[in-house]
Amino acid sequence: MAKQKQQKNHLGKVKLGKHLKKEWMLYSFLIIPVIYYIIFKYIPMLGNVIAFRKYSGGPNIFGQKWVGLRYFKQFFRDRSFWNAFRNTLTLSITYLIFRFPITLTFALLLNEIRNLKWKKFVQTVSYLPHFISMVIIAGMIKEVVSLTGPINTIIASLGGEKISFIQEAPWFPPIYIISGIWQGLGWGTILYLAAMTGINMELYEAAKVDGANRFQQAIHVTIPGIMPTIVTLLILDIGGIMGSNFEKIILLYLPSTYETADVISTLVYRMGITGGNFSYATAVGLFEGVVGLILVVTANLVSRKVTEASLW
Amino acid sequence: MAKKDSAVSMSGVKVKKSTGYKIFIVVNTLIMIGVVFFTLYPFIYLVAQSFSSERAIYAGEVSFYPVEFTTKTYEVILSKPDFFIYYKNTIVYAVLGTLISLFGSAILAYPLSKQRLVLNKFFTPFVVFTMFFAGGMIPSYVLIAQALHMRDTMWAIIIPGAISTYNVLIMKSFFAGLPGELEEAASIDGMNAYGIFAKIIIPLSKPVLASMFLFYIVGIWNNWWGPFLYLDTKAKWPVALYLRQIIMGATGTQEIGVASEEASQIAANVRSCCMVLTAAPIICVYPFVQKYFVQGMMIGSVKG
Repeated sequence: MAKQKQQKNHLGKVKLGKHLKKEWMLYSFLIIPVIYYIIFKYIPMLGNVIAFRKYSGGPNIFGQKWVGLRYFKQFFRDRSFWNAFRNTLTLSITYLIFRFPITLTFALLLNEIRNLKWKKFVQTVSYLPHFISMVIIAGMIKEVVSLTGPINTIIASLGGEKISFIQEAPWFPPIYIISGIWQGLGWGTILYLAAMTGINMELYEAAKVDGANRFQQAIHVTIPGIMPTIVTLLILDIGGIMGSNFEKIILLYLPSTYETADVISTLVYRMGITGGNFSYATAVGLFEGVVGLILVVTANLVSRKVTEASLW
Repeated sequence: MAKKDSAVSMSGVKVKKSTGYKIFIVVNTLIMIGVVFFTLYPFIYLVAQSFSSERAIYAGEVSFYPVEFTTKTYEVILSKPDFFIYYKNTIVYAVLGTLISLFGSAILAYPLSKQRLVLNKFFTPFVVFTMFFAGGMIPSYVLIAQALHMRDTMWAIIIPGAISTYNVLIMKSFFAGLPGELEEAASIDGMNAYGIFAKIIIPLSKPVLASMFLFYIVGIWNNWWGPFLYLDTKAKWPVALYLRQIIMGATGTQEIGVASEEASQIAANVRSCCMVLTAAPIICVYPFVQKYFVQGMMIGSVKG
């Protein structure tokens, strides 16, 4: 038995040797990219070890000495961490709850447009904000909600008191969510529309024969047809709950809105890069990354059980 | 009338339902007009502000079109060298970075697309895993700034983010869909893998390369965060980072309190003008290249 296995192993090695000899040129394409992945993706991954080690600057990025869970204990007692943790979840979940059905509805409505030129026009316009730099988006948001901006002009013309939206903590979540929907609405429909073009037309014919109107067709043919896409996107979104739109928040938040706007990644930035507490900030970031990974894996498992669709 | 008839015959149901359908079409069109308006309004507002006088903006008179039309703001901004310096930097980073990114992604995606390479069982997960778990902000920052000494060089903003795994997977599925016959024929003629890649695969892959080129160049064009972290010398800044300073400068005064809202508004036309100037190239080119973006997404979604 053991001998057989050994022989098999040996054969495998010979095969692999032959394979490499034949295909070494193709494999050689991988050298530069793999080095790149090791340096810029995997070394930072290992660099997370400074969450458990003291690191206070310098070229040895893996830190000076082990400190165990000191930094984790520290941030678990830190009120600003819990504030950021709560904000991360609240912002992501409310954003998801609003954005997901709105995007799906928009995709279904786009799909019903029969005038192709008009459809193309709406699509082109709605994709545009996706390609604009977050700096400009943030600048636009500030202009629109400023004291002399259109929203306050309307409020004033209705006899209301002007609101300094950007400085008031309770207004941050609505600004974040509405601007997110504004920016992502069109681009978010692309994968749905792609899936819709893949639905077998005969299914629609059959539904018509059964007397289904367009609305019923959308419910009974279109939605089931794009279900795998819906599930996939939902998994990705759930996996992304721990990450928020960092760039937008860091451009829009102010000390006066930290209470509702500060999220884990902005806290990591302030602690680590502004404050120089590298190890502490890494511990917080690692917590975020691990929870995120657990969320994706769980969401995928659940969806594989419940529906047929899963990412892997 | 003709339209109604065709709707009836298309859905093959009774006239009663086609009335409902007609109402739906009207409502749907109104919704779409709303979406178009909702999407474009902030842009219209910015352009209107950039051509308005400070007084009109401060008085809250600007909403859809310029009030007290003036091109003075643009003249003042464009008469200074600043914008051109930052624009030049942006162009250098965008062109160089995009070429590096395209090359790196292509040479990674190509071998990964070959099913016969048995070691891809290891390399594919090696690459894909980085999409689900990243090193994190601090370890990356520490590596780039403290160990690799890339701080304040353009390499810090070009190299670390050069290869996007998502784009690699899109390219990979495109390469995998190419017909294998040409490659086989070339290899029988004695062409090696490098030759096949350069002379057969690349020319056949123009559609996906166009999409990837655009994804990368827009990403670098819009990038302010990398430069913000790593570029200390202002003369090296790209235009997006310069714009951030202009916008945040205004916030700085706002932070002091409502009283200074007036002070920050003095710059409102300047801010709008700078935003318009930064966004203009993307908005002007966008309608013509939009299909390549969509196409890139479609290639990616076929595989799912």
